[in-house]
Amino acid sequence: MSQTAARNLGPATALTCRECGESYDLGPHYACELCFGPLEVSYDHTGVTREQIESGPRNIWRYRGLLPVPTNVTDTPNTEPGFTRLVRADNLAESLGLRSLWVKDDSGNPTHSFKDRVVAVALAAARELGFKVLACPSTGNLANAVAAAAARAGIRSAVFVPSDLERQKIVTTAVYGGTFVTVDGNYDDVNRLASEIAGEQDDWAFVNVNVRPYYAEGSKTIGYEIAEQLGWRLPEQIVIPIASGSQLTKIDKAFQEFIKLGLVEDRPYKIFGAQATGCSPVSAAFKAGHDVVQPVKPDTIAKSLAIGNPADGPYVLDAVRRTGGAIEDVSDEEIVDSIGLLARTEGIFGETAGGVTLGALRKLLASGVLDPEAETVFINSGDGLKTLDAVAPVAVPSANIAPTLEAFRKAGLA
Amino acid sequence: MSSISVRIPTILRSYTGGEAEVKATGSTVREVVADLDANYSGIAARILDDNGKIRRFVNVYVGEEDVRFADGLDTPTPDGAQISIIPAVAGG
Repeated sequence: MSQTAARNLGPATALTCRECGESYDLGPHYACELCFGPLEVSYDHTGVTREQIESGPRNIWRYRGLLPVPTNVTDTPNTEPGFTRLVRADNLAESLGLRSLWVKDDSGNPTHSFKDRVVAVALAAARELGFKVLACPSTGNLANAVAAAAARAGIRSAVFVPSDLERQKIVTTAVYGGTFVTVDGNYDDVNRLASEIAGEQDDWAFVNVNVRPYYAEGSKTIGYEIAEQLGWRLPEQIVIPIASGSQLTKIDKAFQEFIKLGLVEDRPYKIFGAQATGCSPVSAAFKAGHDVVQPVKPDTIAKSLAIGNPADGPYVLDAVRRTGGAIEDVSDEEIVDSIGLLARTEGIFGETAGGVTLGALRKLLASGVLDPEAETVFINSGDGLKTLDAVAPVAVPSANIAPTLEAFRKAGLA
Repeated sequence: MSSISVRIPTILRSYTGGEAEVKATGSTVREVVADLDANYSGIAARILDDNGKIRRFVNVYVGEEDVRFADGLDTPTPDGAQISIIPAVAGG
């Protein structure tokens, strides 16, 4: 693996420990050598303007001046995720009694989840750092994204998933080729295995392990896009699903960067987190007033959020409390109900994580924590086609009839 | 005294002369960490915080079990057990 000092990672300047502040040169590091704390990319990106961004491509690379990627990132084969639609959800808003509601629909990415964003950034950085293989432990969406991005880049992928994953996610990973391993264990077991393999395979970039500081920055683009698509302003409330917690903390980072760069007005916003009750360690810590997160063993249909030991849990608690938000969790029944509500009101088929997020929004609204008058955005992070089993029992045809007009009339369908 | 095999993460291998796996003794995780420190001076302070607890961003496993689900530093380490020390900052 390349150990040269000169790296073209655009505006990135260093890696800094979030816990103790120790600084490291840009390189294949992810945990602080002193305290094991997570390393975070530091930047010099002064001078980025709205005009520069608006003149860029209609994908995440329009924000390349704010990401740890080479300045010529668009010259090498990669996926072009992002700039997914921000849907004004008037029907859903009316049914819930909200004044202004938007859905950031990230099912529109190349492999149908927000993971294409983080993987595209990880791939660009991994190449620059000299890695040869793109790898990950995954609950499914990341598996799809890594396998597809590696195929596009013409490099090997190595993907590890729990063996009980949804069939749709198995097929939509295997189809891209590469090394694809199902592991007898839950996600946290797979994650541990990946960390151990990463310690042995020097030229494997586990995107969410040893390349995680770069990878995680990709989630900032969700926040950038929401602000830009709202007409260069921040929403007043945003509801975000929590798995590892990285997406939530990076959307917060994106909003803070836009404020510091003067790209949006500095006004308060509240961040709300959403978990499934069957895997709710961060929600439980929030409700108990704790600042540490006790790991749990997940049991929920929202498998893409089933991380029992969330790496960014403490930082989620910080961001939510700092902005005056809250964290809520919802049952499997509430998840299925909210998937249906989003589909019926807005024509958007979200995956279980989307059901978790809308479900939490509804619960926070009902308990008076969410302000119905404030402009609100929630994230649908993936596509319902990947979690068909969750809704299959309730999503059924209205009738089955013979191909005759008589049968149609008899069935009372007019 | 139990004989334990300990997997060392990359960022601690400067203490073990580059070794990815070392032997230690002890009947609990706490004793194993103390024994490691006797042989690789300073390594315990990387794993444990100033209050002697496992650092927030360190996961310790006995076999496949995260000791936070067991008895933490008091988790027993039977003879022949495999301990893994792994940075917690991963996943998602």
